[in-house]
Amino acid sequence: MFLRLEPRPQTSVLQVYLSPVLAIGLTLITGLIIFAALGKEPMTALYTYFVLPISDLEGWTELGVKATPLVLIGIGLSLGFRANVWNIGAEGQLTIGALAGGGIAIFNHQSESALLLPAMILAGILGGMAWAAIPAWLKTRFNANEILTSLMLSYVAVLLLSYLVHGPWRDPEGFNFPESRMFPDAGAMPILLDESRLHLGALFALLAVAGAWVVLSKAMIGFQLKVVGAAPAAARHVGFSQNRLVWFSLLAAGGLAGLAGVSEVAGPIGQLTPTISPGYGFTAIIVAFLGRLHPVGVLMAGLVMALTYLGGETAQIEIGLPKAVTGIFQGVLLFYLLACDVLTHYRIRLARSYAKSFEKTPAAGEPAAERSAAE
Amino acid sequence: MNTARFKRLAMGAALVGGMLLGAAMAQAEPMKVGFVYVGPVGDHGWSYQHDQGRQAIEKALGDKVQTTFVESVPEGADAERVITKLAKSGHKLIFTTSFGYMNPTIKVAKRFPKVKFEHATGYKRSKNVSTYVARFYEGRYIAGVIAGRMTKSNIIGYVASFPIPEVVRGINATLLGARSVNPNVTIKVVWVSSWYDPGKEGDAAKALIDQGADIITQHTDSPAPLQVAANRGVKGFGQASDMIKFAPKAQLTAIVDDWRNYYISRTKAVMDGTWKSSATWDGIKQGMVGMAPYTNMPAEVAKQARETEERISSGKFHPFTGPIKDQSGKVVVKSGEVLDDGKLAVMNWYVEGVEGKLPK
Repeated sequence: MFLRLEPRPQTSVLQVYLSPVLAIGLTLITGLIIFAALGKEPMTALYTYFVLPISDLEGWTELGVKATPLVLIGIGLSLGFRANVWNIGAEGQLTIGALAGGGIAIFNHQSESALLLPAMILAGILGGMAWAAIPAWLKTRFNANEILTSLMLSYVAVLLLSYLVHGPWRDPEGFNFPESRMFPDAGAMPILLDESRLHLGALFALLAVAGAWVVLSKAMIGFQLKVVGAAPAAARHVGFSQNRLVWFSLLAAGGLAGLAGVSEVAGPIGQLTPTISPGYGFTAIIVAFLGRLHPVGVLMAGLVMALTYLGGETAQIEIGLPKAVTGIFQGVLLFYLLACDVLTHYRIRLARSYAKSFEKTPAAGEPAAERSAAE
Repeated sequence: MNTARFKRLAMGAALVGGMLLGAAMAQAEPMKVGFVYVGPVGDHGWSYQHDQGRQAIEKALGDKVQTTFVESVPEGADAERVITKLAKSGHKLIFTTSFGYMNPTIKVAKRFPKVKFEHATGYKRSKNVSTYVARFYEGRYIAGVIAGRMTKSNIIGYVASFPIPEVVRGINATLLGARSVNPNVTIKVVWVSSWYDPGKEGDAAKALIDQGADIITQHTDSPAPLQVAANRGVKGFGQASDMIKFAPKAQLTAIVDDWRNYYISRTKAVMDGTWKSSATWDGIKQGMVGMAPYTNMPAEVAKQARETEERISSGKFHPFTGPIKDQSGKVVVKSGEVLDDGKLAVMNWYVEGVEGKLPK
């Protein structure tokens, strides 16, 4: 007897939206088992992990601070992912955005101008877009795979940052340590709530969510993104320009990633350092999929993902749980999400023979088409 | 969320609340000491040694203290939150053990003036922020002496993290030690741009051995370069902790960061109210830098290493004693003079004999 996956003739919309909820539920149950295995009182551990970090206002503001870059980038990536444009290089676009915005602050470190911050934000967005334009050009001109080019450019961007903070942009009063000088006050993101670190970037993230929703539901380009992802042949038939969508997806994602980068350095960090992002550009890929590539979903997913980081820290401080638990949670969550997805789109059937288990295996790409069509 | 689960969650919440209350009411509660690590506590290098120091506090002061650590905290926006959380949850003394935590530590310290902070390897201090670092270059000089005696190819391979003064000092001290016994030695450096990345560190060691290095030394935190050295039949040094169990046939010695005494004395100082902001830069003499047993070398080399250690420890000799030339051949430190701490702290030039250009 062999197991065989058979596509479901019809995918229920309800199931599509329930599957992340189910995945989170299963992750929590797995969490209980892990906590028990580590010798911790499971309910206490779960409480420490998921409730305690946001049990006061400061906790919520910190959740916002942590989720801001994830949501900004996740929104941008989700647009492209709908049209099968795989931008894996948001980390690099974030870094260049931070560099471009931060550079303006460093070269105007005595500025008190109210225009400094807007200039930095604009530079950040443009920087991210410029970095994303490279894979877009390579894709549309030479059909180079954007997964590879955008990913490789991430490493280039991080090394460029490293070069600048170790050398030309190093703080002249910093004893040769690799950091830029602190940004002037005029180059700092305004704080939204007194006594907290919640900054203007969080508002940008919400605006991005709203903007993406409008684009996808009201704008022609949003419709095209969806059609290209769901039915490439149909899109070609009606003459939607694939190149135009590649450019749009990458520039939008690059701009938002750049905005995330400049928000981080002008927000909670306040200077350029060798490490700006602990991998937000990559984590945001998970956020985009966890959020079903839907703007509101991405917002929710960004908050959940941010909570797993905060929870991991709280659990280390309060009950001495190892840091690795955070990684396990994120991995388990993604695993269940993919598992639930498979079961939403496929039935498991028993096949009599090994050969039969391959029968009618759908071609790659088909499930994605069904999912988008169902939405 | 169904009601049964919600109830259980609420019970969990009540339980935790009760525990917190109970702890607050208990008399003579232990003083809480917090640690922030940049790497995993199991890196067997930098963070591992800080954790040894944390455990030493618990051992020495028993139930008068309670320690907490948070590991693998990125040096960015996250550090400030973690340090704040430690301060808010009642920790009276917080050690932040990586350079990138400097500005976050200063920021949080302003918000919590009653909490004492200890930042490793930085230069910014305030009323409630001290800094501390060890004179690792003393150990590096001894390693250099050993390497100079042991090498046949006269090439020492150096796996380095970032071109900051501390690392540059280490490279220079190694070369000066090696040239003091073998004037033909040169050092090749590979920068891996990470403190902890076993894959990259190992690859760097392989590349250096391929270029003829027969002694590998490292300023990164994992045992990978030493393990590569062992596999390829060359010798190496442990970093931060005694790594002999990773390379029993290849480790010559290790430069051990020993924070135990410092951590215990600072904790005690907070307890009896004598803590003051200070800048500590201790070496072999004070026990902050230790040398692992001299192994896998002829007895006379071990003897010379021990003598060098003794001369440095007693203050008779300073590794940066002139004449010292820079790469262009210019004499930077005149014969008989010693480079002062101010210049050591900002060192950004290579001594003659180090190959390549210092990344700037």
